[in-house]
Amino acid sequence: MRIVTVLCSIFLFLLWAGESFSGAQPPLGLPPVPIPEDNLQSPEKIALGEKLFEDKRFSGDGTISCATCHDPAKAFTDHLPVAEGINKLKGTRNSPTVINAVYYQAQFWDGRRPNLEEQAKDPFVNSVEHGLGKTHNFHEFIVEIIRKDPEYVKQFKQVFGVTPEKITMDEVVKAISSFERTVVAGDSPFDRYQYGGDKTALSESAVRGLELYRGKARCQECHAISEKYAIFTDNKFHNLGVGFNKIQPRLREIVKEFRMAHTKDKELDESILTKSDTSELGRFVVTGKLSDLGAFKTPTLRNIAVTGPYMHDGSMATLKEVMDLYNKGGEKNPFLGSVRVLDLTDQEMEDVIAFMNSLTSPQFKDMVAK
Amino acid sequence: MGNEKFISRRRFLKTAASVTAASVLPLKIVEVCWGAKSEEKFTFACISDAHLTQINGTKFVNNFDKGLEQAVAELSLMWPQPDFVVFGGDLAQLGKREEIDHGLEMLSKVEIPIRFVIGEHDYYLDLGRYWEEKVSKLHYSFDHKGVHFVTLNSILTYEDWIKRWSTPEERMNQMARLDNPQGSPFMVGKEQIEWLKKDLAGVSRDTPLIVFSHSPLYKIFKPWNFWTDDAEQVQAVLKPFKKVNVLHGHVHQIIYNQIGNISFQAWMSTAWPWPYPVSYDQKPNAVPKMTVFMNRADPFHERDATGWSQTTVEGGRTSQHFDLWENTSRTLRFDHKTEQLVDDQFQNPANRIPPQKHY
Repeated sequence: MRIVTVLCSIFLFLLWAGESFSGAQPPLGLPPVPIPEDNLQSPEKIALGEKLFEDKRFSGDGTISCATCHDPAKAFTDHLPVAEGINKLKGTRNSPTVINAVYYQAQFWDGRRPNLEEQAKDPFVNSVEHGLGKTHNFHEFIVEIIRKDPEYVKQFKQVFGVTPEKITMDEVVKAISSFERTVVAGDSPFDRYQYGGDKTALSESAVRGLELYRGKARCQECHAISEKYAIFTDNKFHNLGVGFNKIQPRLREIVKEFRMAHTKDKELDESILTKSDTSELGRFVVTGKLSDLGAFKTPTLRNIAVTGPYMHDGSMATLKEVMDLYNKGGEKNPFLGSVRVLDLTDQEMEDVIAFMNSLTSPQFKDMVAK
Repeated sequence: MGNEKFISRRRFLKTAASVTAASVLPLKIVEVCWGAKSEEKFTFACISDAHLTQINGTKFVNNFDKGLEQAVAELSLMWPQPDFVVFGGDLAQLGKREEIDHGLEMLSKVEIPIRFVIGEHDYYLDLGRYWEEKVSKLHYSFDHKGVHFVTLNSILTYEDWIKRWSTPEERMNQMARLDNPQGSPFMVGKEQIEWLKKDLAGVSRDTPLIVFSHSPLYKIFKPWNFWTDDAEQVQAVLKPFKKVNVLHGHVHQIIYNQIGNISFQAWMSTAWPWPYPVSYDQKPNAVPKMTVFMNRADPFHERDATGWSQTTVEGGRTSQHFDLWENTSRTLRFDHKTEQLVDDQFQNPANRIPPQKHY
């Protein structure tokens, strides 16, 4: 039964992925997909990217691919609190879904990479993710596998016009990003209600939830809904206090140590995912601005019902827990963003959750988060 | 590590030099020389205009509390810690003891010395009595690393205006209003100017001066009291000194000016931003042409265009760095060639961030 479900979802996904590429029109409720001029889409490049995305050979022990933590059958997440890499090693951050990640202006929870291409490089060489460290000669390990694989050689030649010895990581991440740019999903009941003119698409509870979302619950302030589309993020970084109490008593020492270490760009990713103290500093590690302490990116809410657990550390299993956090105005700390006590009733919180449950795209509606 | 060594070597040379000097010259001249030639760079922090507002009992306006709380928390994370912090006035909103006490409690987390300036919101309920008892003298001077610092109480006003009101609360409320036809301009006053003259009499003209005041010691816009009525008289006392820096609160915005040898710059508020008086075109204003305005504050973000700053003193001149909350950081740097403050990035109009044109 489970196999059938998985196969069905893969089939649906393929159908939809093909459609979203060929159709110039983005799905209902989404703006056009931004495509960088130096990495235009082509069906061959997308197919190559998908293959690379799923290739487990690109890891220290041959068990981890991009799809391990961004599993298409789990709405491109792993349904775990934090990512698990080689040898079951745990990182510090929740794997965000790839769905609609193309709409973010910066990647990772702290926005430390500006685009999908740059993002795709880091997990391969992180010791708790794909684990391609010094002994594997870092990214060279991947490039070597590709150069020796006749099928890949053929595809890279076709897509990028390069001979095997000219293949670099740049082509690898371009192809992966091209594939990720097809992983967009709208057309949820909310989209049909809001942008499709179908006033029966939402339940009464979800309609009340939408009203609260824009008003009393103040969700709209960061998880933006625009006039013609909704990406459900302001692309900014906010401190809600989640996980911050872990570092607050020692904050001065932690900040001082971080500054003294002058963590180099290359080591930053490693430090964030292996040291929980560094991880909880949030956006600060990127900007050095104290007001960015403990601030994390506003994630999209599309498909939120199937992409739990929630928050940068995956510390909340249910949307009810998330609502409770917002209802009490976040976890108090000096760097708390502009959240405040909401005084929502239980019914009102249920309504907002009903609204969030209406943000699931058709191709993911059977994937219930564990 | 290399840096540390360098600093200690410099310190050593400096100490050695002053020891040598001291052995040949009379003490008084040594002090003067040291003040004039000292190149020691140091930093102090600036927090201002917190406007803590009591609602009732122990309830205060959360947004203004948060601004001061965040500034204090960020200050404690500065490393190395600045030499001291200056609080630029308007700790309270309506001069209440509860508001001043609340502010002192929040500031008790600061682990470095605090130098206080009084603002009109701290003063006009009891004419500074509680402030003087609990917080600080209203005007005073001190020396620090070769610089002579003076703190003035610039928010005094005319005696007959003070006597006009039937209750202290009425007086406080009148002074707290902008565009108040019944308002009265701020001033330093004859008595304090005399004190200033005496205080500066023993200071060499080569010694750098840094003056703290709440209102600007020049005239920008009278209806909002961005103004000190006897500013020219104060400036005349400061004029003989080669390097004079005036730092002030009250205006809740980045604004800077140069009048002769005196450079002026404002501190931010942790509570809210004021618009620039040019936006109020019914009455003339004198906003300095050199000032590059702050970005228009985002009305959807309660912390935008508020914040605190760090002032660095080098060669007797002050530069100020603003790590703005929810906005682009800015640095006002003293340009020793043109002898005035310039914005590090945005002084050149070509580098400015264009204003939003869509709404």
